[in-house]
Formats: sequence, C-alpha cells, structure tokens
Amino acid sequence: MSDTTAAETAPSTVAVTIDGVAVEAQPGELVIAAAERAGVHIPRFCYHERMSSVGMCRMCLVEIDSGRGPQLQASCMVPVSPQMVVNTTSDRTQRAQEGVLEMLLINHPLDCPVCDKGGECPLQDQTMAYGPGESRFVEEKRHFQKPIPISELVHLDRERCILCDRCTRFADEIAGDPLIDFTERGNQTQVLTFPGEPFSSYFSGNTVQICPVGALTAAPYRFKARPWDLAQTESTCTTCAVGCRVAVQSSRNELVRVLGVDIDPVNHGWLCDKGRFSYGALSSPGRVTRPLQARSGARAADLAEVEPMRNFEPSDWARALDAVANAVKTARPGAIAVLGGARGTNEDAYAWSKLARTVLGTNHVDAQLGDGLPAELVVGLGTATIDDACTADTTLLLCGDLREELPVLHLRLRGAAQAGTTRLVEISPTETGLTRDAAQSERCRGGEAASVLRDLLDGDGPLSDELAAGSVVVVLGRSSVAESADAVAEVTSIVADRVPHARFLVASRRGNVRGALDMGLAPGLLPGRSLITQPAPELAAAWGELPAEPGHDAAGILAAAAAGDIDVLFLLGADPLTDFPDSVMARLGVAGARTVVAVDTFLNQSTVEADIILPAAAFGEKSGTTTNVEGRVSALSELVTPPGSSRPDWMIAAELAMLCGADLGFVSVSEVTAEIAAVCETHAGAMGSPADADGVLVSGAAFEPALPPAHVAPARDAYSLRLVCSRKLYDGGVTVAQTPALASLRAETAMRVHPVDLERIGVESGSEVEVHSERGALRLPIVADAGVGRHNAVLAFPSPELDVGALIDATATVTDVRIETRVTPEPAS
Amino acid sequence: MASYTIPHAAGFVANDAPRIVTERFDHPDSYTLERYLATGGYDGLRAALERPPADVHGEVRDATLLGRGGAGFPAGVKWGFCPPGVWPRYLVVNGDESEPGTYKDRLLMELDPHQLIEGCLIACYAVGLSQCFLYIRGEMALAQERVAQALNDAYEAGWVGRNICGTDFSVDIVLHSGAGAYVVGEETALIESLEGNRGMPRLKPPYFPAAIGLYGQPTIVNNVETLANLPWIMRNGAAAFTAIGTPTSPGTRMIAVSGHVQRPGVYEITNGTTTFRDLIYGADYCRGTRPGRELKAFVPGGGSAPWFTPAQLDLPFEASEIGPQGSMLGSGAVMVMDDTTDIPAAALTLTKFYAHESCGKCVPCREGATWLERVLRRVCEGTGTPRDLDVLLEVGASISPGDFPHAAVPERGLEAKPFPYQMTTICFVGPSAFAPLHSALTLFPEEFEARVAANAHLDTELSGTAPSEVPVSV
Repeated sequence: MSDTTAAETAPSTVAVTIDGVAVEAQPGELVIAAAERAGVHIPRFCYHERMSSVGMCRMCLVEIDSGRGPQLQASCMVPVSPQMVVNTTSDRTQRAQEGVLEMLLINHPLDCPVCDKGGECPLQDQTMAYGPGESRFVEEKRHFQKPIPISELVHLDRERCILCDRCTRFADEIAGDPLIDFTERGNQTQVLTFPGEPFSSYFSGNTVQICPVGALTAAPYRFKARPWDLAQTESTCTTCAVGCRVAVQSSRNELVRVLGVDIDPVNHGWLCDKGRFSYGALSSPGRVTRPLQARSGARAADLAEVEPMRNFEPSDWARALDAVANAVKTARPGAIAVLGGARGTNEDAYAWSKLARTVLGTNHVDAQLGDGLPAELVVGLGTATIDDACTADTTLLLCGDLREELPVLHLRLRGAAQAGTTRLVEISPTETGLTRDAAQSERCRGGEAASVLRDLLDGDGPLSDELAAGSVVVVLGRSSVAESADAVAEVTSIVADRVPHARFLVASRRGNVRGALDMGLAPGLLPGRSLITQPAPELAAAWGELPAEPGHDAAGILAAAAAGDIDVLFLLGADPLTDFPDSVMARLGVAGARTVVAVDTFLNQSTVEADIILPAAAFGEKSGTTTNVEGRVSALSELVTPPGSSRPDWMIAAELAMLCGADLGFVSVSEVTAEIAAVCETHAGAMGSPADADGVLVSGAAFEPALPPAHVAPARDAYSLRLVCSRKLYDGGVTVAQTPALASLRAETAMRVHPVDLERIGVESGSEVEVHSERGALRLPIVADAGVGRHNAVLAFPSPELDVGALIDATATVTDVRIETRVTPEPAS
Repeated sequence: MASYTIPHAAGFVANDAPRIVTERFDHPDSYTLERYLATGGYDGLRAALERPPADVHGEVRDATLLGRGGAGFPAGVKWGFCPPGVWPRYLVVNGDESEPGTYKDRLLMELDPHQLIEGCLIACYAVGLSQCFLYIRGEMALAQERVAQALNDAYEAGWVGRNICGTDFSVDIVLHSGAGAYVVGEETALIESLEGNRGMPRLKPPYFPAAIGLYGQPTIVNNVETLANLPWIMRNGAAAFTAIGTPTSPGTRMIAVSGHVQRPGVYEITNGTTTFRDLIYGADYCRGTRPGRELKAFVPGGGSAPWFTPAQLDLPFEASEIGPQGSMLGSGAVMVMDDTTDIPAAALTLTKFYAHESCGKCVPCREGATWLERVLRRVCEGTGTPRDLDVLLEVGASISPGDFPHAAVPERGLEAKPFPYQMTTICFVGPSAFAPLHSALTLFPEEFEARVAANAHLDTELSGTAPSEVPVSV
C-alpha cells in the first residue's frame, strides 16, 4: 500500500556532514542520534533515545546548516536532511554550550561531595568537558526544602534538579503513571507530585536511573556507596520471567544497586521496582546461610509462629546431606518428588532434572506450583517473542494483569499500543493496566475467557475479520489461580481452529520457569523441550535408563503426599503453602510427606515445616544462564560470594548424587552448561554464546503439543460470585516480605466487587464480610470497584495477610463464593 | 470623540485616517448584534459564501493582509500551508494579547466582537474548517463577556452553527479562557494550553502549526486584528484594501500608545505611511509629550522590541524599513519615554516582566532572565559594579548570541544592527527578556555607568580556565 511505495521510493540513507566527516544517516534520524552513531558525542541532558524529544535543556545546541547558512539549533529536535552540514565544535557552538552550562549551574547547589550521583553525574562530567570553568553568578542561589520523599522509594531534591523533563516524561510517556509534573513557572519551576498523591508507580526507580543529576535518589541506595567503589557485572533479572538485562553493582561484597541495561529485544533499559530493589532481600537477616535440621519432634508449626528458627538446629553440609541421602535410600520406589526449580538457573534446573530422573528415579517433578499452564503447552506453544507481540497487527491478551505479573512486558506492550504498532484486544475478568490502551477490552466471568472469545469470534463484531486479516499474537496466561488451567488452555483449541496463523507468547511469570520446563522439570518433559515418551537420542545416551511411569504434577504430588505416598519431598525454592492455589491441599501435602527437604534462601511458610533445609545461593551469587518468557537464554553473573555456606542448586544436586552412589558428571557450572548444549538439540546454539547481552532466542520444540479438548463451561448460579485470585506485583511472597524497601508496599487484602453486584447483595463498600466457598471461609473487607467485571469477586493472591488459598479447590474448574453479611463472632480464645 | 467610556484603561481615539476595523467604535452599542447588522454586519460573510472557498482565499492573499500579532506573516500565505486532504483542521484565534503595552485586540473584542466572529467564519470558509477555538486572555473579563454574548447571539441568529445562511457551511466556535501566561501568546504554547497542557512552546520543526497543530491536526492560528480585517476585505475587495497604505504593508493597523504623551490610546493608523512622528506628535494622534518635556526614547512594537530614540521618529510603520533600523513593529504598541525617565529602572520593569513570564522550559530563558533581573536590580539599587554591566551583556549573549539588533547611535558612531536576533531558546521570550536591557545599555550607557562607578573598586580579577583546555570527555 502507500507505506510500501513510500519505502520503495524514499532513499535508504541521508548523506550529511558532521564535523567534516561524511555520514550516512537514517531518514528521519535526529542529528544528535546520527552524530552518536558516527562517533561524535553531542552533550545533552534532556534527550533520551527511548523518549520523545523536548528540547528543554539546550545543551545539544550545535551549528546546523540546512542550506540557509549555519544556525544554532538543538540537535535533539532537528531530523537530518540531505546535504546538511553540522558543526559540533565551532566557536559559536562552544559558546552556546558554555552559556547553557553556566546557567544550569547558577542555581545548582554543587553539593557533589554528599550527592549519590557524584562521580557518575552527567552534569559534573559535561561541566568538566564543556563548561566555562568559572561562574560569574554572585547572587544567592534558589532554595527548596532538601530531599522530599515523593514515594516510599524515591527522594526528590529540587535544588539539584535541572528540569530536563526526563522523569516527568518517563512517568507520562513510558510508565503511564503521570504522577509527577512541573509546577510553578519560570525560575520557580519545579518537579512535584500532586497534593496527597505519592509517585507510587511500579516503575519509579527508572526515574532515578535516568536523572542526569542527583535530584532523584533511590531510598534503598542513598548514601550506600560511591560510584568509584562499586564492582559491577552485567546479568539478567530473574525476579519475573521477562528477563530484563541489568547491571548489578556491589560494594564490599554486598549487592547495593541494580540498573537497567538497554537491549532492543527485551527491556529497552527499563526495570520494574521489584526487579530493581528486591536485591535488598539477599542481605536481609531472614536469609538461611547454613544447613538446618529440624529439632526432633518439632515439625509442628506452633513454634514456628513465634520464632521460626527455633524449629531448627544448625547443622553442616556433611550431616545434612547424609540425612537427605538416607531418606532417599530408604524411600519406596516412585515415592520421591521434586517441587519447584523456577527460581534457579537453567543449570540448576538441568542438574535437578537429571538427579530426579537418573538417581532419585522419579518423574514426579514440577517447576510450576499449580499456578501456570500445562507444561507441554508452555514449552510447545510459545513461539512468539516480545517484539512479535509488539508488532503484530493484533495482540490478544488472555492473561493476568501484565503490569502486576510481567511489568516490563506491560511497558513494551503499552508502548507498542501507544505508538500504534499493534492493536491490543483484551479479555479479562477485571480491568488491567493495559485496558486504557486496548482497542477492545472485554470483561468475562472468571474461567470463562474462552467462551467469551468464542462468542466474539462468532459474533457480528469486527474482531473475527481483524484476526483473520493480519498477524496475531496471543499472550496466554492465568488471570486467576482460582480457576483451573484447563479453562485457559481451552483457548488454544479455539485459536488453533479459528485463527490458525496466530502465535503464542505464554506469560508464565515466575523467574526462570520457562528455563526450568525447558530443562525437564515437569512430569511429562525432558530437557531440550522434548516429551518424556520421546527422549532425544543424545539425551538417552547421556542419561541412560529413565523411569517409565509418567509423573505427577504439583497438584498430584501434593495429593499423593497427603495420602502418605511420598517419602521424600524436595522443595526446590518452592513455597507451596503460599503459592499453590489450594492451600488446604498444600498444607496436607507438606505435612503428609515423610521427609521434607527444602533447598531455599529463606524460611517461608513451607520451609518452616521441612525436616532439612539446605541453604541455596541466590541471584548475583551464582553464574549460569536463565530463560525468559519468550525462550531467550541469557547469562547470569556472579558478583558476590554466597553468604555463609550456601551453594548453587546444581552443586547440591551433584553432591547428593555422589552420596547416593551416582555421578551427575559435572563439577563446575560451565560443565553443566556444556552438557545442556550437548544433549539438548534445541539449546545447542544458545548455550555457547550466552554472554551476548541480547541473549539467544531458543525457538521451537521437539514436539507438537496436543491441544486440550473443548471444555464444558462451569455452571453458574444466581447467588454466587466467581472468585478471581489475581496476582499483585508486591505480593505475599517471601521476596517482597524480605525486601525492606518493598515490604510496606504490599497489596491490601480487600475483596473487589462490581458496585452493581455489591448493591445486589446489599453490602456497603468498605464493610467487613464473610466469604464462603465450598472449601472454607474468610473474613475480609469488601469494596466496590467498577473495573471488576460483573459477577466476579477479586482477591489478590498470594495475600500477605489472608490465607486466600483456603477458599480455592484445586480440583474444581472454578471457585464460586457467597458473601455473608452476618459475620460470625470470633471464638473466644 | 465617541461617547463611550471604558473606565479601566485608555480607549480608542478616532482620527481622520481611513478606518477598517474600528468603523463601529463610535457607536455606544457597537458590540451588539443589532448595531452590527445595522452597519453592514455579516455582509462580508454573505459575500464570501457566494464564492468558492478558493476565491475567498485568493482575495485574502491578494490583499496581502499581514498578520497583526507580531511576526507580520501574510495571512493568505499562512492559510496555504495546510497540507491538502488532511482533516479535520482547526482555526485558533489568538486573543491572548499580553505583550507589554499592547491593548488593541482587547478593544476589538470588547467593542466589536461580531466583527471578529465574522472574520473567523470567513477564514473557516476559505480554508475549509468547521471548528474554531477563540482563545481569549484570562484577565480580559469584559472582552470574554462580550464575545460570549456575541457568540450566543450569533448562534441564536444562525450566523454560527449548522448550515450558516442556508448553505451547507457549518462552523462551531468554542470560547476558551486563558489562565494568565504571557508565553501562551506564542502560537504553539497557545495550542498546548488549549489542549489542557502547561503553556509551553512546542518543538520546532514543524515550524508552522498549519502542518501539525492542535490535537496533531493542521491548525491556522491568527491574531484577533488580522481576522477582524476580513469582513471589510470581503465587502470591499482586495483592491480597495491595498489602495490604503503601501503595497508591502497595505491597510491600516491599530497601535496602542502608552507612556509620556498627552493623549495615550489606541489609534487606527494607515499602514506603511504614518510615521512615528505623526503618531506621537500629530494633532489627531497623541499630541506630543507633556509641556516642557522632551522625547527621550520610545518602544516601537511592544515590550519585546528594541528601543528607538528621536533619531528614528521619521520612520514609517513599515516592517521592511523598521527591521534594518534595528527593531520591529511587533504587536502594535508604542511606549513613549520622556526625559524624566530613569532608563535603568525602565529596563528593570520590562526585564522583571519577562523573568516572571518565562515558562521555565529552556534553560537560557528560565535561568538567564532571572539572572538579568537580579543583577539589574542591584545596579538600579546602587550596589552594582562596572563588571556587572559586562555580565549583563554576556548573560544576554548566552540567550541571544551574535549581534543583537539595536538602533543607530550617531553621536557615538554606532550603526544600527538589523532585526532579527538569534536565539538559544525555542521561542522569542528568551531574547525578548534581553531586548529592553540591551537597548537601554546600548543607547544610554552613561546612565548605567553612573550607577556603578562608585563601586569600581569592588571588582577583582577572575582567573578562569577556558573549557576547551580541559581534557575531559564524556
């Protein structure tokens, strides 16, 4: 169409001259960007390549001759044009830059010695390089109250601020949380929040990173280190499964800061605040730093409520691993299970997968805790990349609120919708962070997204034609853990039938869950994205005989344990009591296993019930690779030594194998990496060069997943509300709880219901009610929220205060709840 | 002399020159629809509607109607910048008259609002617009009231709205009240303000909102007086219009005079031929300075314009003659200073205005204007030093590098530096902040030197390092 003709006729490059050198610039490229690519640095403060230009700071003024003689122009505002001549070093340019810097400094406090930015400050650096050397300003400087907290995480010093509009632009354009803006005018212009409204954005930390002066500082990092004292390495964030590239910095063997690194395919330099600040958990006092063994007879939780550590006595690796090996040796065949593995590296997952299959002799392994999609679908269906989702003609969102689950994917999709490169269509039980940017947003009852999709495709609306006409990416995930995965998986059958050219991006959220499944930490999978029934020849040769019996998934493992059929239950960074949707079954399962071995970094609800706790190394303390939501393998780096005697998971697996009389065949992480590349055909190219910042996309699987059958819509009744348990970024999980900076930001516990439903059942918003399901009852506050779809009752999961899982029956398709206004009096204690 | 009075400001003063936009000002009820219709009102619109829009556009182009807001760009040419085939497009009327000394648009809105509305309709018809926004400065309460009433009356009488005069031409006009910022007189800042954002100028390019303007659509921004000329042009034709004034500056224009003259007020003068001497000393005009006082200096085109001295009195109101002499006609405001004027204090008054009105976007204007004001205040208060005078010029050069325009000073052998200036800022507010101070320092240096002479001993030598010698890269 017209676009293609324009592309055909337009010249592919524009010839310009920058400082006497001929440069081929891209059409439409800004002069400052073209110069940068040509190796000419033009000083700047307000210009940021991921945001629109504002031309505020005037630092990038250079002489540009577009045919009418050289004129001083801001190079961040002027696109290249043919035969343009740019002079970045002329006398006039230098005088203009000196003038701007002198003016920027007249009201700047120059408190560099006590400023976090000192030593890595663009204002300092550019003053040295381009400034006048001396100021003629003798008046008194402008004064403001020194740093004011504009949120729990960010402090603002308006005296240092040079009003470049970076933070405010980021908040508005990128994050979509325009909670900071300029107030006042002229010389009194200042950045501020709105009265009574803090800058509570999930992305607020990015403003600190892009601030070109020390005006915005991060509360957890303030006065922690000087830039020249920091050790730094590049790594990949594993807080969620987006896989943002990061620079990790430490001082005195302690992580003190995480910064976003700009890579095109994933995070564009941005991070969410959880990813940026949760390093704080690693040095928290709750960290397990040595092996622990339960005191005899102390596995009851009563002690744990008071002081969890008192359940345990300190042990050492030799004794603890011996105890584990004994438990393994005395276990009945097929009575060992491994839950978890999504928090580790690919190497950890591979080692445990190999341990389970070749030493423990079990297929009862599951990296997902009943809150994901069937592993075969995750591994076999997910072929779309984040870029695909951002450029597809239509991107269909059938997943949870990405802002809460995969925040930077949310940013990418929001940016794509705003730029018009894709059209978002959403079906979800409540409004989400992307609802405002979606071209179409439909509400459904929890667990019924598939039938709404079918109705939309059958209906008179344009969706069917739009999906047929262009490229489609389906972002698939669990919008609620109170509905079974089958209800979501049904979507795949509908899409395969009606939109066969659609590709899937499976929005699994936990750290390295995709990598763990790729490495075979699922009951039906083996490493290399292959089915247990069809092991690859290389793998079969390396691993030898494998257990034939298909294993249980997480729900099956917990049910078997509850029935007394599991002798050793390994919790590999897993907290089923918090994360498994059905907390009753999780509790029975953990209690029912004869021996529970936890490999973890913290004591959590589940590990306090364990018999043996083995301390694991965490992010920043081990190297290896990780795999993100799109299947991209990228490198993790070790920067600090693990605290105490904690070790990486793969090493624990290898040692345990030794004690059981076997040999996993590797003694270093690079050997594990090499073995993965050798036995997994899919990963052969990816594991060799994971040091590349962009990572390597592993595409394709060794099998075609069988699509789930059409599913019978659950019966509805007129009285009940459908329970929707959706994720919050700051949830009840152990990471947030152990991060001092984030713990206070955790989500509230109120149940949210559409105001019409609230009126129908005759309850005032804000009142306390009792919520009953088939499984249990909870007392909690209830509030009206017009963003919730009709007939839904939404609760955050996992909640820091409430045992929401007590309402959920993992074996049911959906969970319906009734609201009782008559609150049962609390029994007298 | 008309019998109406506007108590709060100097009003319109009639003279015997041709009258185009002030025809009805003599009637006490000039602002009503009845009076408007009784004096040829909406005839220009009817005449326009009988012709194809391109013809109407052509007529305005032929009339060489120069924009009356300050830049003096021909309206007919500006209309032609709308990219063809892009809809919707908007007309935005710049009624945010806030240049110091300027109050002519206010009178046009207060005394003949229907003429403005008719002008809007003709412009909309010519360019093919159906939506017009009338942005009136927030402080102009009476103008807002009268335009609002006129709009209501015009809607009711069918002059505005659906199917005007029974044709398929429809226009909606929205009245918008400003929030009190000088910079919103800059057209892109006005568009930002209209969109509900902070009134800050937009990036250029695009240089003209006609390409990308309000809500990202092609937008014509015209001054109130410019549009008020349209009904007369449609009634009498471009030839009659160009017969008045000179070929390069045809028609008349309204000039607001303030300061040390016997009869300040708004005068409709003949473009291109009337001289400053006519205006300031003419018996039909301002009648000279007060008895016993001499003219010392005058500002020829609003607070942003470099100053003139009696040596430039015989220049006509003709942009092509004023520019080479170092100033501009600007917004049609003449401020007169006689020999009682304290020049540094007068400069401070204007500098203070611009420092206060800087929107805060560009660093040189935001920081520099306030810096100028503070140094100048010290000079006025007697605590300045000789070097402060250099600092003032150097800071000004950081806002507006190169030769700043100024008038000739024959007695000191200074030749005029022609208009315009260069700037390191996005919009003209930055250089405007420096203009009055630069003129004052250039034309009357002795008044400043006298203030600082006693403090010469306070200046000590600076020892700076030139930036190019510092071997640091970033």
